[in-house]
Amino acid sequence: MTGKTLAEKLIGSHTAKGSASAGDVVIVRVDYTFSHDAAGPLLIQQINQLKIPSALDKNRTVFFIDHAVPSPTKELSNDQTIVRNYALGNDLILSDAGNGICHQVLAEDYLSPGDLMVGTDSHSCTAGGLCAFGTGMGATDIAIAMKLRKTWLRVPESVKMNIVGRLGKGVSAKDLILKTLSMLGTDGATYKSLEFDGTAINELDVYGRLTLTNMAVEAGAKTGLVKSDARTRRYLKEVGREQQWKEIHADDDASYESEIEVNASGLEPQIAFPDSPANVKPVSEAKNVRVNEVFIGTCTNTRIEDMRIVAQILKGKQKAKGLKLIVTPPSKKVYLKCMEEGILGILLQAGAMFTPPGCGVCYGAVGGIPADGEVIFSTSNRNFPGRTGNPKAQTYLGSPATASATAITGYITDPREFI
Amino acid sequence: MVGRAWKFGDNISTDEITPGRYMGLRSNLPELAKHTLEDARKDFPSNVRRGDFVVAGKNFGMGSSREHAPLVIKMCGVTAVLAKSFARIFYRNAINIGLPAIVCDTTKINEGDELELHLSGGVVEDLTGKTKITFPPMSTTMDAILAEGGLMAYVEKHGDLVLS
Repeated sequence: MTGKTLAEKLIGSHTAKGSASAGDVVIVRVDYTFSHDAAGPLLIQQINQLKIPSALDKNRTVFFIDHAVPSPTKELSNDQTIVRNYALGNDLILSDAGNGICHQVLAEDYLSPGDLMVGTDSHSCTAGGLCAFGTGMGATDIAIAMKLRKTWLRVPESVKMNIVGRLGKGVSAKDLILKTLSMLGTDGATYKSLEFDGTAINELDVYGRLTLTNMAVEAGAKTGLVKSDARTRRYLKEVGREQQWKEIHADDDASYESEIEVNASGLEPQIAFPDSPANVKPVSEAKNVRVNEVFIGTCTNTRIEDMRIVAQILKGKQKAKGLKLIVTPPSKKVYLKCMEEGILGILLQAGAMFTPPGCGVCYGAVGGIPADGEVIFSTSNRNFPGRTGNPKAQTYLGSPATASATAITGYITDPREFI
Repeated sequence: MVGRAWKFGDNISTDEITPGRYMGLRSNLPELAKHTLEDARKDFPSNVRRGDFVVAGKNFGMGSSREHAPLVIKMCGVTAVLAKSFARIFYRNAINIGLPAIVCDTTKINEGDELELHLSGGVVEDLTGKTKITFPPMSTTMDAILAEGGLMAYVEKHGDLVLS
């Protein structure tokens, strides 16, 4: 009998049978379900319409108000009221406006290794950075998962991303995942699980692992996963949940559909050009691109470790004249930490403006919408046409370090010049 | 029912189907539907007719999990989306809301061709091009969900979430 991949282990442990193999179609118990203000009103309508007895789990059903905060219009305010009242009225967990982006708050406060979580957001795969199985679905699927505490899944085949070598200074997990996407394309892992392992992963802290798994869906994957090890334990200790740690790794004889090696050593900072996160080139090929707006935020990046790098580069510097620099801490907890560590002052002095923790700037819902013909450099995960709210603007993607260096010069800039 | 083909390329994202800037219209689906696919083809929402087909290349619906994407396509009266492949969340959402998402070779279908779908027979007939394009059944469970008209009806029929 062959061993199990991480996806097989995490899904298998949630089936009645207790085990599963790639290709199986199974009903699984869910540990957490969530929704937010962008999908919540539709989901709540479906829950209310579905004529079956409810088994809503008060301690493990989370509603976030994060996608357009503070609300810019009465229509969105009305949607948020529906979500807020539903969560409060049914005694479910409410993470209200200002508390943070769903994926960040889930990693800080709720998820632990071995969990299975489904939510109405495609970046639910971020959970895999903590070795929790997370995947995104639509409002109807999640309405049923919430109401019945279960869902159905096809167990994905796994692709092993073997990340070897060691990241250089100024090069980060964001550059690794962009490099990976350039190799896979936007549908190279459709329906599959991307399992990240290798010597560079052993040295990567959870914050970087969350960046890798966040963008697994950009290759079409059902999820991205990383083992749970001593670094996972350290992260859980930092967020006050060390007792929830357990070690999980794939079996040595697990069966992978394919194995792809990426060498972290000598990797240049990577840039995704418009209009696809897989349209990636090294920073040296992006040097003459003039940028009008730099956005540092989103569920992909800007955990506290990223914010420290941003502050290190921007300390004592000024943003380029005429450039807009927008920073969005991903959660209240990271925001507070930035305050305690003096990062807010450094960034304000450099010319940054802050928006409250949320998703709005990333996808053109609220704040930072570019003018016609403008170019945004963003630390987010997507740069599809029109993504940032104006189809006549263009978006480049890169790491927080590259974004910081770019903010100083006004052109896409190799951050290693500033480190 | 016969409808016309609207051709789209590869990698049409949910941001092009229902742009995030219209998020405020998500609780007003008829209004949101007036912007369906407008970032990919400006002429689509105003000229699409009941019964028409969306015909795309590979990886249709990549990106977000917003169920509003297949919902507005269905609301425009589209019979089915035909594509060489789909992004997984869009595919699942489409079936869940009862919009046929058919994986087939769309290369030979031309813009404006008159198409007829025979869902249970696994055939799309191109009446203009005089060709028949076959497609395999989906998974048993997804076929059963679509046959009920969507996941809500399927779960209510069985009184539970079960595999078929």
